[in-house]
Formats: sequence, C-alpha cells, structure tokens
Amino acid sequence: MSDIAIIGAGQSVFGRKNPVSIRELCFDAYKEAMEGLDISNKDIEASITCSAPEYDKQRTPSGLISEYLELTPKPAFYIETVCSSSTTGLRVAWALIKSGLHNVVAVIGFEKMMELSSKDSMERMGRGADIMWESPFGISMPAGYAMCAQAHMAQYGTTEEQMARIRVKSAFYGAKNPKAYYRKELTVEDVMKSAPVTSPFKTYDTCGNADGSSCVIVASEDIAKKVCKKPIWIAGMGAATDTMSMSGRKSFTSLSCAKEAAAQAYKMAGVTSSDIDVAEVHDCFTISEILAYEDLGFAKPGEGGKLIDEKQTYIDGRIPVNVDGGLLSKGHPVGATGGSQIRTIVRQLRGEAVEAQVKNPEVGLVHNIGGVGQYGNVIILRR
Amino acid sequence: MGFETFGRVSFTADTKAAAFVDYLAQGKIMATKCKCCGTVNFPPKMDCPSCLNSDVEWVEAPTSGKLLTFSTVRYEPTGFEGDAPYTIAVGEFGDGVRVFSRISKDVNESDIKIGMQLKLAAITLPGGRFSYEFQKA
Repeated sequence: MSDIAIIGAGQSVFGRKNPVSIRELCFDAYKEAMEGLDISNKDIEASITCSAPEYDKQRTPSGLISEYLELTPKPAFYIETVCSSSTTGLRVAWALIKSGLHNVVAVIGFEKMMELSSKDSMERMGRGADIMWESPFGISMPAGYAMCAQAHMAQYGTTEEQMARIRVKSAFYGAKNPKAYYRKELTVEDVMKSAPVTSPFKTYDTCGNADGSSCVIVASEDIAKKVCKKPIWIAGMGAATDTMSMSGRKSFTSLSCAKEAAAQAYKMAGVTSSDIDVAEVHDCFTISEILAYEDLGFAKPGEGGKLIDEKQTYIDGRIPVNVDGGLLSKGHPVGATGGSQIRTIVRQLRGEAVEAQVKNPEVGLVHNIGGVGQYGNVIILRR
Repeated sequence: MGFETFGRVSFTADTKAAAFVDYLAQGKIMATKCKCCGTVNFPPKMDCPSCLNSDVEWVEAPTSGKLLTFSTVRYEPTGFEGDAPYTIAVGEFGDGVRVFSRISKDVNESDIKIGMQLKLAAITLPGGRFSYEFQKA
C-alpha cells in the first residue's frame, strides 16, 4: 500500500489587525505551502476549505477560495468541525488520495474573527454547545473548559499556578514566532493577576481570537517523491467524538475523543507516546494542554501539572510541546488552527523551525480538538 | 407554551419536547422514558434511536444530587448582558442522570464545592420565562 505525504504547509501571520479579506488571507497560507514545490495550482486536483461558518459573512466559502486561488474547475469541498476543521479536512484529503480519486489535494483553513466583537464571538461559541438545553444558561467555550479545569483541580490537586506555567511556556515560544499574534513573554504572576474571565480562568489562561489562514498540500507517494525534496509522511490518524452536551460527558478530567483518537493514531503508526519527539496540542486554554498531556499519554492521569512544573515540555525536555507558542500565543483562528499545527510539525521534522528547533525529531504529533472536546483528531507525522 | 419561553435566552421554538415548559410552569422538572426499552433521558429526548421508537412518557426527574463541576462566568456572551457573574454547573442526580444548569445566586461563590449536595428546582424568570436551577440541599 502506498503512503501519503504532506508536501507543503503554510500559514498567514495570525493577528487582529489584518487589512485583508478572507481570500487574501488564504493566499498567504497557500503561497507558503506551495513555495519550493515542483507543481503549480494546475496540478491540484481538489481543494478542501475549512472554517467555522458562524464567523463567516461569505456563504459557502469553498467556491470563493477555489476561484481566488485559480483552482476551478477542480472539485471543491467544505468541511467543518469547529476548531478541528482543518485536521478533519486533512483526514478527508487522505481518504480522497487513498481511494485513488485524486493525487494532490489542498486543505485550506481560515477564519476572520475580528469582524465580530469579543462578546459576539462568545455568543457564537455558546451556540457551539447544545442550543436547546445548555446555551440558554449562558455557556461559552471558555466556561466549558473552565468546568474541566475545576474538576481536574478538585480530583488531582492541579493548581492555577500550574496552568499559569503553561501560558508562561507558550509566551516564551510565542515571542520567538513571527507568525504569532501575542509576542510578549509573561510570568506566572502576570497570568495570576490578569482579569478573571470564568473561574478558574483569567485572561491569560485563554487564547485570543485572531484572523488567520493555513494551507496543507497532501499528495500520493509517487507525486510526493517527484515534486518535493522533503515530504513528511502521514504515519497515523485518529478521529473521534464525544457528546456535544456537557451533561452527557462521563468525565470532566479528560477528553475522551482525544484519548480515542490518540489510541487509533498510535496503533496505525505503530508507535507509542514515548516515540513522539515533538508535539502540537490544542491549548485553547491552559487546562487544555494539561488534559492533552494526559490524554496523549505524555503524563499519567492527574500528573499533567507536574510535567509542566518540571519543564519537560520545553524544547530541551522529555517531550517538547507547542514550541511555536501554541494557540495561546499564536491566536486561534478556528478553521486555520489545525493546519497551523501541522505546519509547525512539518517544519520541525524538516529541521526548518529556525526560531525554536527541537533536536533532530523523527516523529511528530498533532492533537486538534473541536469544541469543548466534541471532536478530536490526532495525526502522527514522520519525516 | 412553546419552547421559546425556556431559559434566559432560548434558541429553539419548535420541538416535540415543548410540554417540558408547561410542566416547568407547574413547578415540575420532567425527564422522558422510552416505553420500549425503559431508558430515562434528561434532558428529555422524544425519540429513541436504539428502539426506533418515538413513544416516550414524561416522568419526574430526580431532584436530589451532587455537584460534579462548575465555573463562575464573569465575562458573559451577547444576549446575557447584566447577568454575570453567574455559575454554570453539572450535577449528578442518581441513576446516571446528569443535569446542566446554573447554581442559584443565593449560594455564595465561596461556598460552592465540587461534591456538595444539590437540589434541582424549577424557577420562574422575569418576562414569563421558565427554567430550573441548582439550590443548596
């Protein structure tokens, strides 16, 4: 059976002051993804556009993006699983290529969030919950994850300082990333003193809304070897879901969709958590990264806080995580986020992450979550 | 009554579960029970995908439980202006029935502890609206 590779990965600068439209945003990511490849837009056989439509003014954006990048008349698809949309897009691209239907597929993720106020964004996120039985109580994404944080603190003694240390690491690497929205270093004290949002989260426990785009070019083995000097191979993939309602959850101290997706991806790749050299995890909130450590097997249940206390997820640690600043510092343009995580791992495995390169990694992992643990995707990449 | 009178802000008008609000107005919090397999659902569910059955009956939900988790919201979404701070929570009410609601503002934030005993109670909100909340047991 032939393999499938990522031959290009790019992203725009993530930020809050982008005087550009969604089509222009997507061009930035597409350009970086295609640079250096021995193909042009004529060789892309299908495109998959990914975004969370509640933020979009443009209806059915796949058609627009396909036209702007001059990919017509090739088929264009639209995929949405909120914050994990673009890794779901990658899964679909893999299947399209594996089936023999197409040989080269572009996965383009974007979000232009800054046309909405912060509270209007929260309202839309709140409708990303069960609108009949839970949204009427005023839930939002931060509040949903905050409920996980409270449960984790009560069950395992995880502290707000440990969560703050996640943000301190994020800010340390975000400061080095020219494509990140937030580029200042922070101390534990800065995080602890920031304004309360939803207990136990303060402002710096939460990622920022941002505009941004990402693009991943996926190809069959034959094409990849012909047109790309450093293809990065998709070794494993997993995908799973959990209930949309918070009342339907069996646990608040773990995301079962992430655990299930990780188990599938490790099995498919034939590796375990200890084989991962570098990881990108979905740190939409500080607790999310601690949950990810545990759900991916980097730490035992309840010991995620200890992993960050010991700085084991810094670049010189046992398992470097989010050494690009993560969502917390890069910003979280919903549909673009998964593709940005993929880009970071591709650059790491190619040895091109000049700002913060992990020493000679062979296997990388991406953990991308939609909603408060509704959709989980885990991807394992190999150089 | 239609479902548009449920909660602080309802995003749903039409549902087969609309009678839930009529019960709420009478102070009753109801769950549904599939007449085929006997599964009790809260929130109510008018169809059973396992039995392919839509013949369900209303049964009173258990009202005595304990707090599983919570968060006190200080930065509220559009539509909930003037409402914060408020505490959203999930409680367990026997037989695996888990309920998402708010903790009554009569409970001091400093007194909220995971594991505390809760009472589930129907409440009336201003403007002819109906909901339920967790109160101190």
